[in-house]
Amino acid sequence: MRLEYFQMIDRVVAVTRESLRAEAIVPKASPVFEGHFPGHPLVPGVLLVETMAQAGGYMLLHRQGFVRMPFLASVKEAKFRSFVGPSTLLLVEADLVHEGSGYAVATGKISAEGKRICDAELTYRVLDFPAPDLATAMRTQARRIGLAVPDDLAG
Amino acid sequence: MSSAFDRIADIIAETSGVDRDKILPDSHVIKDLEIDSLDFLDIVFAIDKDFGIKVPVEQWTQEVNNGKAAAEHYFVMKNLATRIEELVAAKAG
Repeated sequence: MRLEYFQMIDRVVAVTRESLRAEAIVPKASPVFEGHFPGHPLVPGVLLVETMAQAGGYMLLHRQGFVRMPFLASVKEAKFRSFVGPSTLLLVEADLVHEGSGYAVATGKISAEGKRICDAELTYRVLDFPAPDLATAMRTQARRIGLAVPDDLAG
Repeated sequence: MSSAFDRIADIIAETSGVDRDKILPDSHVIKDLEIDSLDFLDIVFAIDKDFGIKVPVEQWTQEVNNGKAAAEHYFVMKNLATRIEELVAAKAG
């Protein structure tokens, strides 16, 4: 994880059209921990939500052939069950609940060593990429974490 | 079973907090009931689940934006209920 760059997912370990499993390793040090919290570093809950949202987002990107972009629209029933400190290996899971017209709903879940960390229901608006650079950047990121992006797509 | 109108009106009231009594056949979902786009997403999700269909919101929006259909054709409650009934019938074959 590169918290300051919002790169939350390190490696996809499994993906289908309906689910994605990924690993994310919390860095040993980050400027984020200077404020959250001094002397007691914890990953902020909002960044755990972002991590779940990215897992679901990559699942939807993969599902749609990397030609449309999922934007997080709502987070429901987010529950933070355990604290997460530096150097923790996280298992991040996303499962499709429903794909509608221009939107999708997924559940997100994070665990560490079998212990539940957090979960939520996530809704995305799924839109055409608003900028070519974003499409390229997302495909590059997807390849970085191990997703197979079609060769004929830029990025 | 309740009519499509009643089921949709119940969904809207439950999802968006609009008073159920104010949801009438001639109510425009956006102009009269003041449903914003995020609540509308939730409503469509609930309709998709409840009726077992996929409401083609993107297609409807495109038709309205291109001037091929009036917004009222899709977004006035009685017409929305008719559109949903058509989608259910089409799915049933």
